[in-house]
Amino acid sequence: MFPYILRRVWQMVPTLLGVILLIFFLFKFFGGDPVEIMAGLKASPERIASLRAQLGLDKSVWEQLWVFVQQIFSFNWGKSWSTNEAVSDIFASRLPATLTIMVPILVLEVVLAIAAGLAVAYVRGSLTDRAIMIISTVALSISFLVYIIVGQFLFGFVLGWFPVQGWSNSVWTNLAIYAPLPVFLAVLVSLAPQTRLYRSFFLDEIGQDYVRTARAKGVSENAILLKHVLRNAMIPILTNVATGLPGVFIGSFLIEVFFSIPGLGREIVTAVNRSDYPVIQAATVYLAALTMVINLITDVLYKFVDPRVSLK
Amino acid sequence: MSTETLQDLPRSPGVWAQAWARLKNDRVGMVSLAVTVFFIGLVVLAQLGWVAKDWQKEVGTPFAAPHWVGKISDGSQTAVVDSIAGPNLDISDVDPLASRYKEWAERAAQFKATTIQKSDTLPLGGDQLGRDVLSKAIKGAQVSITVGLAAALAATLIGTVLGAIGGYFGGRVGDFLEWVYNVFTAIPYILLVFALAAVLKSGPLANTLGSGAWTVVIILSLVGWTGIYRLVRSEYMKHRSREYVRAAEAIGASHASRMFTHILPNISHVVLVQLSLHVVGFIKAEVILSFLGLGVPIDMVSWGTMLSEAQTELVQGKWWQLVAATVFMASFVTAFALLTDALRDALDPKLR
Repeated sequence: MFPYILRRVWQMVPTLLGVILLIFFLFKFFGGDPVEIMAGLKASPERIASLRAQLGLDKSVWEQLWVFVQQIFSFNWGKSWSTNEAVSDIFASRLPATLTIMVPILVLEVVLAIAAGLAVAYVRGSLTDRAIMIISTVALSISFLVYIIVGQFLFGFVLGWFPVQGWSNSVWTNLAIYAPLPVFLAVLVSLAPQTRLYRSFFLDEIGQDYVRTARAKGVSENAILLKHVLRNAMIPILTNVATGLPGVFIGSFLIEVFFSIPGLGREIVTAVNRSDYPVIQAATVYLAALTMVINLITDVLYKFVDPRVSLK
Repeated sequence: MSTETLQDLPRSPGVWAQAWARLKNDRVGMVSLAVTVFFIGLVVLAQLGWVAKDWQKEVGTPFAAPHWVGKISDGSQTAVVDSIAGPNLDISDVDPLASRYKEWAERAAQFKATTIQKSDTLPLGGDQLGRDVLSKAIKGAQVSITVGLAAALAATLIGTVLGAIGGYFGGRVGDFLEWVYNVFTAIPYILLVFALAAVLKSGPLANTLGSGAWTVVIILSLVGWTGIYRLVRSEYMKHRSREYVRAAEAIGASHASRMFTHILPNISHVVLVQLSLHVVGFIKAEVILSFLGLGVPIDMVSWGTMLSEAQTELVQGKWWQLVAATVFMASFVTAFALLTDALRDALDPKLR
């Protein structure tokens, strides 16, 4: 196990290096001139010179790349170009709001979709099954935007069940008052396609020989689904959850924009609109690294979920 | 065997003819094909300027209701001032501008002002400025579908060429391309989109590209090629040592010829299905990007910009723009997605 993890970490090095190079040169060669973005077009020559020195733009490209790498590993990205807030502070202060929204979404989504997927797999081939398939096809074709716009209007504005938007400083107030509507909408939208996905995982297993054997020896259908099928379907389930996991940290930027939640996703959208490069660069590099780590953890977890998997 | 006996043999239909025959038997597939062709026709007509050319004209009153809803009176009335009693005093002897009134009136007469009769109802209603929502939805279809198709074509081109090179040659070139693939997929999709949007918005390329819809095409294709690359690569690895490719090598076909005239037609069904899968994904992405203001510029209309206008309109009870954009988009996307499924079934009967 340990040599495997070590080797995987070693394999991450070139990829991470590639991400760093890609982001650095993308912004260096194709991005705007930082001085122009920060000082505007009418800046005095002295101000331009001092900004260039301050940002290290007077050094060679390779020295700048080295500074960039140092920033990544020291977690010191300097200050945001538009608000002058330290980039690390931005991350530290925006992440809790994102997690408050995204963790309940992920948990509810996985639990409900597995339950619904099992239920649909149980009645496979029936009218309910086909109805769910049709609903999810049509539901998927409507933009996520429409669901949020209509949901916010209906539940927040017309019916008044939830506040239309808002956020507070207390986690519990947020969870109890402000989070329910966005969480509800996000889960509602993803439930149909997720159910369809989990149904296909379960149906793959239901066709296996061990299920027939279990039926032949008289195991009840419930026990087959919950004990045999569910366990064997853990690998695709785990893969699916792991794919969604990095998204938990970015947050659903659309939800954050609509509901004015001061999270990371909204911050990144704002940064793009303000050409606030340090924030975007930091978010991209760290989340890429996080994605790689999550993938590694998933692969290791396969071993625990399914002992037949051999890590090599 | 002489040519005569060859001609007498029953001709077996080609792979595309067989696929078409299978598709014709698929009722859902044919209906979705019809809907898709209808939308594509609409796009072409809008592109030629035959329909929805005047989408920017303010032909109705602000928030004109759809025809079947009828005129909505919100209770507000234009105040009518009673004519002021008393004689109209002649002050021309003290008015310093009096001598010039005539000259101004003459000059004003040289300009023709036409008052457009603004209608109270429009087929699908009007927006905040009184523009026809139906024209906007058609024009929006043109922009959204063109962007989706162009981005999907570009992504397929990048993915296919790189996948062909990586899968066919393998070795160091293949390893390098795998590294590039790993780098691109390590970055979460949406963050790569945002990073590219930030760069293209304020970078030196922004001036050459303008803020047009091309930016969206570039962003989406640079982010979306990875899946296609992976699939094409694995197909090429399967095919490169097949007998027909070795036979082509034996008669002296070059690498490029083997890659693109021998192998490519044999995997073109995979590419075609990927292409149409990506069209749907990219149309949805364009809608979201335009909503966030990172997509098409404000002098263009797409389904995304319509939805972003609809957000504030809904609170005022003006729901028609939202419904129009949603229905247009949902019908095209559903039809296209079903067509993709039908295509996959028709092109690869083994998959069923």
